[in-house]
Amino acid sequence: MTGLAILIPVALGLGLCGLAAFFWAMRTGQFDDMDGAALRILIDDEEDD
Amino acid sequence: MTAQPAISAHEPVERSLFAVPGMRCAGCIARLEGGLAPLPGLVSARVNFTARRLAVDHLPSLGVIEIKAAITALGFDAEPIRDAAALIDTGESRALARAAAVAGFGAMNIMLLSVSVWSGAEGATRDLFHLLSAIIAIPVILYAGRPFFRSAIGALKRGRTNMDVPISIGVTLVTALSLFETLTGGAHAYFDGAVMLLFFLLVGRMLDSVMRDRARSGVAALLKQSAPGARQEEEEGTSAWVEADRLVPGQTMIVAAGDRLAADGIVESGSSGLDLSLLTGESAPQPVCAGALVHAGTLNLDAPLYVRVTAAGPDTAIADIARLMEHAGQGRSRYVRIADRAARWYAPAVHLLAIFAFAGWMVAGAGWHQALLVSAAVLIITCPCALGLAVPAAQVVAAGALMRRGVLIKDGSALERLAEADRLLFDKTGTLTLGRPEPVDLDRIPHAVRPAALALARASSHPLSAALRRALEAEGVRPADLAELVEEPGFGMRGRWDRTPVSLGRPADGLAAGMAVAFTSDDSPTIILHFRDMLRPDATATLARLQNLGLLCSIVTGDGAEATAPVAHALRLTAQTAMRPQDKLDAIARLAAAGRRVMMVGDGLNDGPALAAGHVSMAPASASDVGQTAADAVFLGDSLAPVAIAIVVARRTMAVVRQNFVLAVAYNALAVPLALAGLVTPLVAALAMSGSSILVVGNALRLRRAAR
Repeated sequence: MTGLAILIPVALGLGLCGLAAFFWAMRTGQFDDMDGAALRILIDDEEDD
Repeated sequence: MTAQPAISAHEPVERSLFAVPGMRCAGCIARLEGGLAPLPGLVSARVNFTARRLAVDHLPSLGVIEIKAAITALGFDAEPIRDAAALIDTGESRALARAAAVAGFGAMNIMLLSVSVWSGAEGATRDLFHLLSAIIAIPVILYAGRPFFRSAIGALKRGRTNMDVPISIGVTLVTALSLFETLTGGAHAYFDGAVMLLFFLLVGRMLDSVMRDRARSGVAALLKQSAPGARQEEEEGTSAWVEADRLVPGQTMIVAAGDRLAADGIVESGSSGLDLSLLTGESAPQPVCAGALVHAGTLNLDAPLYVRVTAAGPDTAIADIARLMEHAGQGRSRYVRIADRAARWYAPAVHLLAIFAFAGWMVAGAGWHQALLVSAAVLIITCPCALGLAVPAAQVVAAGALMRRGVLIKDGSALERLAEADRLLFDKTGTLTLGRPEPVDLDRIPHAVRPAALALARASSHPLSAALRRALEAEGVRPADLAELVEEPGFGMRGRWDRTPVSLGRPADGLAAGMAVAFTSDDSPTIILHFRDMLRPDATATLARLQNLGLLCSIVTGDGAEATAPVAHALRLTAQTAMRPQDKLDAIARLAAAGRRVMMVGDGLNDGPALAAGHVSMAPASASDVGQTAADAVFLGDSLAPVAIAIVVARRTMAVVRQNFVLAVAYNALAVPLALAGLVTPLVAALAMSGSSILVVGNALRLRRAAR
């Protein structure tokens, strides 16, 4: 039974972390340009410098 | 990206949006963002590839025109988007996504606790788990339930009921009762059911909202916004660019060949041809000279015009049409969506059933506590969880399938109305036809001189030149290098190819009728090329298919009878000709009064009111901004086939929606007797709810291939 006292807060805490991460991602516009994000990784930045 | 020059914090920064439909790859993103970076006064340039949009933050010293010129220099077509605020409004989807995330978090954690209760936790452990569930559930329901509570209260205030009323009552009652159970150490708490219900319903709402946003931004990217301003003559003989809403009557604007007029006015000097297709649907250019009355939105084709502004902004002929449209659109806003129609009988039925269950158990001698528990179980088992998903799931899958075939559906209600259409009205120019001239007799130009013709055509922005360029490029012709290339106002292009003088321009009077250009090379005889507005590919087959679907089709057009006859004859359609926007409205009103559900397919500004008034409407992507904004759906590409495909898919979607309703109701019909008998435990409720939701979503997924 003492295990529950640790495990339930841990489960809730992890869930809340996931929720907070999702809210952060929404607020900073991570989902605004899904197709663009996939393409930007191909851009060769070094030529610009 | 590249380092920006330092910009002090207190300088005001403006944000301009551009639609850049031509970006295709990672290289385009890099070229746009990197290429704009050196512009003086630019703060940042950021591409949104999904929306094919470029957001530029810049100082006021850097004008929109300069930025557009810089983008063009990089090799992209760009159009400034005027109403930036309207585009970025995805607030509803975001709020729903947040609510769904919270509900999902709550549902998972409560389920975790519930599973332990179901597997036999008893006594103090069960009470503790119920208490923990309550602590999670109540804030989650207060947050995630807001969209439903708000809409239910709004409906009740207006004396109506919708799907959200039974949902809100059910969730509130079940939560309150479960809380009571928890505090008194009862055996059953339904927190998991209430939160899971909200989660499923929110997912449905979110799908619906995301679909609307996606189609809207797709349409917004197509908007051309061709004349956001005009070059205006100033007193010292200079000229300055003035935005359309700052033009005032009495000023003189200079309209170059290839520009659209930004205001109504009278021609002071110059003579040219005007393309009125946006206003009237008439495709042949109309000649104008000094003293002629000209309207905003028309395209100047041949030579520069000096126009004295007589009406600007809200006083122009275009604005009149917009007002007509606003009025016409009111009928459609009275349309009640199928889910709300279902709720009209479903909601009272559910509430009556719950009251009967309560009364029945009271009469049978059970205590009020047990009777309330049973009626709460009835409410949660009949709560339209599957019904809430049945409609949006099917519509989102169908809209996705249609999008892949080049049809953008603006919202779910458009799909419902599309399935009901039983009478079709087509505009002619730009809808049944391509709305742009195509060369009829290209073979008249000998192969040897085609490179020269292409080079001349490329240098001009006249619609006939553009048509010739497209046709020649499609044949694989490469342009020649011309010297001394000049544009001669009122005639066309002249140049020199090696030592041969070549020209492409307006034929001498009397040489050609209709739309034509003359091409000369050295001393050889002048070649006259004729142009015609061609029917859209697949037009005949599409109309045959529409007739087979039981839709009566006819043409309503602003063109005269003579211009309409060839099209009407080729497609075997009856036609009403020379109709003004008001006449089209009247025609739709007459048909609607006779009980027909009219679908309007049109493109021009003159079709705008009719598009807004029709039971449902569709416009091609080549349509005017007004046409695309007013229409429920927009189809891409030249072919007319998407019109028939959209109707077929809409009808199949509604068939699936009805199946989903039957499935959901049948599921409830099985579970309700159990609930009435008091046999529904939270476990049974959870199984019933998720089972029926999976069933309707699975059924909706069958629509994925509907548009093939």
